[in-house]
Amino acid sequence: MAKVVYVVGDDVSTDTIYPGRFMATVLPSETPQFCFADDKAFNAALQQKRLPPGGVIVAGQNFGCGSSREQAASTLKGHGLTVVARGFARIFLQNSINLGLRTVICPDIAAEAGDELEFTAGAVRNLTRGREFATVPLPPARQAIIDAGGLIAYTRARLLAAAGR
Amino acid sequence: MGMTVAQKILARASGLPAVTVGDVVEPAVDLAMSHENTALVINQFLEVFAGTALEPRVWDPSRIAVIFDHRVPAESAKTATNQRKVREFVAAQGIARFHDVRGDSGGICHQVLAEEGYDRPGAVIVGADSHTTSHGALGALAFGIGATEMASVWALGRAVNVQVPASIKVALHGRFGPAVSPKDAILHLVGLLTAEGANFKVIEFHGDAVAAMPTSGRLVLCNMTVEAGATSGIVPADAETVRYLREEAGVTDPLDLVQPDPDAEYDRVVDIDVSALGPQIACPHTVDNVKPVGAVAGTKVHQIVIGSCTNGRLDDLETAAARLRGRKVASGVRMLVFPASWRIYKEAMRRGYLADLVEAGAVIMNPGCGCCLGVHQGALGDGEVALSTTNRNFKGRMGNASGEVYLCSPAVAAASALAGVITDPRQEG
Ligand code: SF4
Repeated sequence: MAKVVYVVGDDVSTDTIYPGRFMATVLPSETPQFCFADDKAFNAALQQKRLPPGGVIVAGQNFGCGSSREQAASTLKGHGLTVVARGFARIFLQNSINLGLRTVICPDIAAEAGDELEFTAGAVRNLTRGREFATVPLPPARQAIIDAGGLIAYTRARLLAAAGR
Repeated sequence: MGMTVAQKILARASGLPAVTVGDVVEPAVDLAMSHENTALVINQFLEVFAGTALEPRVWDPSRIAVIFDHRVPAESAKTATNQRKVREFVAAQGIARFHDVRGDSGGICHQVLAEEGYDRPGAVIVGADSHTTSHGALGALAFGIGATEMASVWALGRAVNVQVPASIKVALHGRFGPAVSPKDAILHLVGLLTAEGANFKVIEFHGDAVAAMPTSGRLVLCNMTVEAGATSGIVPADAETVRYLREEAGVTDPLDLVQPDPDAEYDRVVDIDVSALGPQIACPHTVDNVKPVGAVAGTKVHQIVIGSCTNGRLDDLETAAARLRGRKVASGVRMLVFPASWRIYKEAMRRGYLADLVEAGAVIMNPGCGCCLGVHQGALGDGEVALSTTNRNFKGRMGNASGEVYLCSPAVAAASALAGVITDPRQEG
């Protein structure tokens, strides 16, 4: 079970997730401090660890649109968040897969902050509202990167294989 | 079944006779570009090699370009230190296509790649920047990736797990009216398609209005395709592509002018008559919130910005200078001009555009991204309104979440600078 900690609408851009003015901070170990920095209340709740672990952000269409900045994925990953969205922007989705941020594509998802969700193969169950929403699986090629533990491990394995080790 | 330009390029780069939409391929990368975020790419690249006993060397230094543009000169000690690390890495790896902070070359990465002749039709170009779509203006398949993916490209020389995208055919017909430009066409298109209308797709441009358009305008079109979510924008290479690369970028090697097959399959076809188009404006806080400029005419503005990888080229500065020559920017308005490259800056200086703009009250900044991404060189105050020729108006984009950003063409920006309020350039006296 996982609790919905934040609900946002459509077209939430990377400038909202990780404002450009913090882009000089790049290391995944340092980016979590600026997560949704312009929403001071949510940012403070994250920073002070006042939210239940394994929290879920529920979003509308086109989550993560805009910049290719990877900080937008690493800042969410750093807080152990999962993003369930009706849809994701391409580069953000790829960055999330590469970095191991858990993303779930769920075209009809409906949930409110505080709802309890359960993830099953092929669906998200909203236990609080007694509803179930189908999810869209990732293409197998992308799943391979997740299964390898992210793109760094995946690329390392490819390099070693090419070097015959 | 015939292939689109994107399919043909991916097939060639993947060593396959043909590819179908949805196939997963691993194209060889012809050019890999990154900017200040190279600091993160280096970090991830070294991570890839950690514990392997392999020496961390990039696959081909001649295919890598690194350009400082996002925060130049460095706005903070942190950026300066990152830039220093990048300089050392680039030297150690023998990466020659490196553009540091200096006045005799360089500028915004997307302008530098074009004008230095690094772009090639038919090439696979990846950039650690979402506006890498720009390079489709020269017939390449160019798309944005994250820093970790760039590290993977540096190691393998390939983009792994690329799904062959479907294409949307957009044909622009007719002739642009007075004070209407490619920026108005692309704003109109983004409004039409919506911010996610081209997600995971390529926009392939056709039509007589594109055939007649110089590369500068094609760069505007392709640059902003990502605002509709597109993976890439592409103008199939033609005589203008050859002219630009030969005459302006000094390219001498053979060019592969990849064309779509006549029976290529498109996801959707959109026809736009640009003769019927007036000046457009994208209102806060999404790029697809597009209206005819008249709908918000009279709105008070505090900051006018002309520049960026979208509209900081010579023809844009010429448009602005022609309107401002001998006149004054309205009081209470600050006008910031960021030429897209030092080559443009120097030419605009020679032609007197910079003097015209300064005399009118504009501030000419050094080439670079400037205030476009909200880090430095022109943040908005609380509640302030900016009118900008850049490409994004997301909440907080210009450094202040309580500010508002409208996006427009250079003609609209210049006319509004004189009036102090958003103004239709066709009506400005
Ligand atoms: S000018 Fe703006 S949009 Fe273009 S590369 Fe720089 S920050 Fe990105």
